[in-house]
Amino acid sequence: MSDTVLTHPLVEGEVRPGCKKVDPIVVADGVTRTFGGLTAVDVEHVEIPRGSITALIGPNGAGKTTFFNLLTGFDKPNSGQWSFEGHSLARVPAYRVARRGMVRTFQLTKSLGRLSVLQNMLLGATKQPGENIFTALVRPLWRKREESITEKAEELLERFKLDAKRDDYAASLSGGQRKLLEMARALMSDPVLVMLDEPMAGVNPALTQSLLGHIKQLKAEGMSVLFVEHDMHMVRHISDWVIVMAEGKVVAEGPPDTVMSDPAVIDAYLGAHHDTDLGDMTGTNPVVEARETAAAHAAEREGDR
Amino acid sequence: MDWGQILGTAAGELVSPVTAAYALAAIGIGVHFGYAGLLNFGQAGFMAIGAYAFAIPTLLLDAPFPLALLSALIASVLFAFVLGIPTLRLRADYLAIVTIASAEIVRFTVSTTDLSDVTGGASGLSGFNGTFVALNPFPDGTYGFGPWTYSENQLWVRVFGWALVILAALLVFLLMRSPWGRVVKGIREDEDAVRSLGKNVYAYKMQALVLGGVFGSLAGVIFVLPRAVQPSNYGTTLTFFIWTMLLLGGAATIFGPIIGAMIFATLLTLSDSILRGAIEAGFITFISTTQAGQIRFMIIGAVLMLLVVFRPQGIFGNKKELSFNV
Repeated sequence: MSDTVLTHPLVEGEVRPGCKKVDPIVVADGVTRTFGGLTAVDVEHVEIPRGSITALIGPNGAGKTTFFNLLTGFDKPNSGQWSFEGHSLARVPAYRVARRGMVRTFQLTKSLGRLSVLQNMLLGATKQPGENIFTALVRPLWRKREESITEKAEELLERFKLDAKRDDYAASLSGGQRKLLEMARALMSDPVLVMLDEPMAGVNPALTQSLLGHIKQLKAEGMSVLFVEHDMHMVRHISDWVIVMAEGKVVAEGPPDTVMSDPAVIDAYLGAHHDTDLGDMTGTNPVVEARETAAAHAAEREGDR
Repeated sequence: MDWGQILGTAAGELVSPVTAAYALAAIGIGVHFGYAGLLNFGQAGFMAIGAYAFAIPTLLLDAPFPLALLSALIASVLFAFVLGIPTLRLRADYLAIVTIASAEIVRFTVSTTDLSDVTGGASGLSGFNGTFVALNPFPDGTYGFGPWTYSENQLWVRVFGWALVILAALLVFLLMRSPWGRVVKGIREDEDAVRSLGKNVYAYKMQALVLGGVFGSLAGVIFVLPRAVQPSNYGTTLTFFIWTMLLLGGAATIFGPIIGAMIFATLLTLSDSILRGAIEAGFITFISTTQAGQIRFMIIGAVLMLLVVFRPQGIFGNKKELSFNV
């Protein structure tokens, strides 16, 4: 198996962890993050392809979300460099990362509860001059932009089937609707790369289908998507490329159908000793056995007296 | 008991310069807490900064009124920066601790005897209202009717104070209906979400802190215009009075802080004069008039508890908005 060289149209050369992409949108090098003695993220080299849907998978505690936070500027790494569309993003504050076109959502949905759904959407828009404290005072300076972003927000709300909720407080939405709102809000800024942190977590199966459809739609519109997910079936359905993390490292990469048979992935998910025989549970158990012999010896001594 | 006099004093309190100062300071923490979610427990500090930065240049440098007012504004902006730069990157609770401490630092600093040449020490400053009175556009005479009868100078300070309150309310209204207000309200709900949408959260929080602080500082100026600067006035009690007024009226509203201040100030005077009147007339025998001054705070405290239980959103607040307390 090791002598056959795997290739893929997205990849330049051989497919292996940290391989070079034909057209990468994000390139990260030597990114590490430690919490006390624990190394949460230690990524040597990874490239995220442009114009496709990339899934970042791995068991709990693999460092996926931490890596996400580092890339988007929500956390500071101990070391490392990464670039987005050729511009370095290391140590750039989160809000500037978002302005460059790399917009994220959160694992625990962050809808702005006491703002209406429409206001949540409008907050996602960029280049609104009225967000400056001085121009804010003069309505004619920002009214035009407000009208155009309201129109755009209404289109997006219709697409995400939230148009009926337009004037409701975001806090009154259900968990799934909040996920939809968060995704729609991220699209207000016309991002280049959409980063979704567990978009399907805690969402019912019917809504999952519609979320999958929306993610595919993003790709159709020319955006790149990077998302974190646990469920392998979801990943298989929509992703073009899968990056597998375990213990902070990138352990495997590849198209979804082949990456699942990669021994490194199976080890990461099921543990390295998953195929070792741990013994028959109905058979001998050393602890029980020892206890039984001890009891037998005690009984013998009792009989001797 | 002279009910006419009791009600007259209370009605006069409704539009007194002190009430205007309370209202303006309450609008300030309304911007901080109600809209931006910043916990400022040091509004009395901002008021003290405003009062001293206005009085000191007037007395020591003979500064004209507009210049002294400008000095109060600049001092409060600097004070807001000093508070905000280290704390606004941290969680909201840190700002609360820092503001309450720095307000006390301001109060103790101005009362030290070493600075009494400048700040007047514990006895404070007086005799600085000449420049303000000189600008009085009203000719000599008496104005108004009933409990609202004023001399030209009393009228001038009221008109000036309430004009500032109205201007501040208008400014807050214009800002909060704008996209700037939307970002600030978003920050109140969830900073990280707003950050992920490309807004410089730190800068917005600083702007809100400065704006509310400037209102506090102007409130400090109005507070001292008809009297002297007394350092003991700027204790934590003042801050919590202002918080009470804000919550009474409704935190994230335009008129809430103004109406809250009016009701609170009137209630404070009314309960005091009713108790005193009742004691002097012999209806109440078990307390003295000095105790009455303290007892009214107990009564007001109980009323406020009832308010928080039965109408937590305040008078003008939106019940629906408050019911989502995630």
